[in-house]
Amino acid sequence: MALVGKQRNVVETLGAAAMAVFRYAGGMTLLFGETLRWSALGLFSPEVRFGRRAFARQVVRVGLRSVAIVVLVQLFIGVILSLQMTPPLRPWGQVDKVANIIGVAGFRMLGPIITAVVLSGFAGASIAAEIGTMVVAEEIEALQATALNPVRFLVVPRVWATFLVTVLLTVLADLMIALGGYIAALTLGSAGQPHGYWQRMQDQLLYRDFLTGLIQAGVFGLLISVIACHEGLKVRGGAEGVGRATTMTVVYSIVAIIAAACVFTMIFYVFEL
Amino acid sequence: MVPEPDNPQAAADRADDVVVRVAELVKRFDERAVLDGVDLTVRAGETMVVMGGSGCGKSTLLRHMVGSMWPDEGRVELFGRDLVGLTERQLDAVRKRFGILFQSGALFNSMTVGDNVALPLREHTDLDEDTISIIVTIKLELVGLREAADLMPAEISGGMKKRAGLARAIALDPEILFYDEPSAGLDPVTSAQIDQLIMDLSGKLGVTSVVVTHEMDSAFRIADRMAMLDCGRMLKVAARGEFEAIRDGGPTGDEVTDLIRQFLRGDSEGPLTERQEEDEYRRRILGAAEGE
Repeated sequence: MALVGKQRNVVETLGAAAMAVFRYAGGMTLLFGETLRWSALGLFSPEVRFGRRAFARQVVRVGLRSVAIVVLVQLFIGVILSLQMTPPLRPWGQVDKVANIIGVAGFRMLGPIITAVVLSGFAGASIAAEIGTMVVAEEIEALQATALNPVRFLVVPRVWATFLVTVLLTVLADLMIALGGYIAALTLGSAGQPHGYWQRMQDQLLYRDFLTGLIQAGVFGLLISVIACHEGLKVRGGAEGVGRATTMTVVYSIVAIIAAACVFTMIFYVFEL
Repeated sequence: MVPEPDNPQAAADRADDVVVRVAELVKRFDERAVLDGVDLTVRAGETMVVMGGSGCGKSTLLRHMVGSMWPDEGRVELFGRDLVGLTERQLDAVRKRFGILFQSGALFNSMTVGDNVALPLREHTDLDEDTISIIVTIKLELVGLREAADLMPAEISGGMKKRAGLARAIALDPEILFYDEPSAGLDPVTSAQIDQLIMDLSGKLGVTSVVVTHEMDSAFRIADRMAMLDCGRMLKVAARGEFEAIRDGGPTGDEVTDLIRQFLRGDSEGPLTERQEEDEYRRRILGAAEGE
């Protein structure tokens, strides 16, 4: 009897969790749909403005502030990869292949994914906090009362700014991982085989390694910004709600980024991209 | 639903100068009716003050009138158009014809005071920056904040924020102004200044004003007509004089009138507090019963 009760509880709990996930995904899809609609209206309808200035301001806000940290983090990643790959490859006399491995791993996955994780903490949390604070301060209602749609006015510029910035920073990140790997190889001296590093990486890399990375980066940027705006807009109950929104933005973003990366990798594998 | 021809109130409500009409508005939150069949009409040019205790549904009523909440039943009409069923674009067109002063001022904290006032003009008109800057100066001058144009909202006091919020609300020369608790959290002098502004705006610009408040001094200063909301029901809508008579007269024995009288006078004893005590008593008894 007790077991039956318990089993139902497990089923109920799982069901409730599944419902919550679907509801959340649904909310995000709706918000993204609205974003697309207002973006299209902004681009093609003379009555709706896209808000170029707001977009530019967000690019600066999200992007410039994150440049230094992306450079730093990705250099470390390159160094780590290089130092970790060298010993296992040495018995096989393949230390020179470190450049090839770093190229593929960095451009395809680590460049976009680590950049996105950094941005979810940097840009995502600050977007959620900013919009959440606006909700608490009645600013969103004030926007609506001024006949300004919050999605058009706040979400559209932030989503596309984060999208652009994630892609651009990923290009920078790719280069920094490669550079980090090279620096590590240099410090190892001849044991690291730095000679011909760049040539070997270039020989290994195909355009699609680079492009699949950038496609992922773009999707990660959209995920981060839509999650952040969604969390920010549904803030209720003062400062506490804002704090919760920023935390949940980072948590959900990282889960979404890694899940999306997994899906992408499967797709690329199946289609041999 | 033809109104009775011998009912003067209905005849007045049918007049063309009604700009806000709320009819049999019902709003429920979790099955609890916060507004339970509320009627209210506001005529062009008048200042209508809606009074009521905390949690009586005042703010909810206001949010329905400005189209940020939707009724479960009943109608909310602005300028003769039912807000329910309007498309987003139609609703925005209506929104450009009224302004709101929010309780906190609700300035956009990332912009200067001047940019706050300029925003509706930049977004909704094709005016060039020079013209906009002149209009902004005029609006700020009207509320006595000309010097503060370049300050950020965080740098100014609560009273100044409300005045700046008011300047933004009148940026597009609205026909109706809604005020949500304009004197809440202000000292008496600043509060009186805001009241004076409300009167000036309705006097100088001929704006219709709808003010939600529980500050009686302020209410009696600014109102042409007043409405008393209690527990989601509209107890009385009448000219200011009638409410003054109730306030200054003695107890009547009529429960509704005495309830309004207690509220207007701010007495600590009367039908309102008796009802509260009854409710609490009932909740204690029921709570104890449910606990078993």
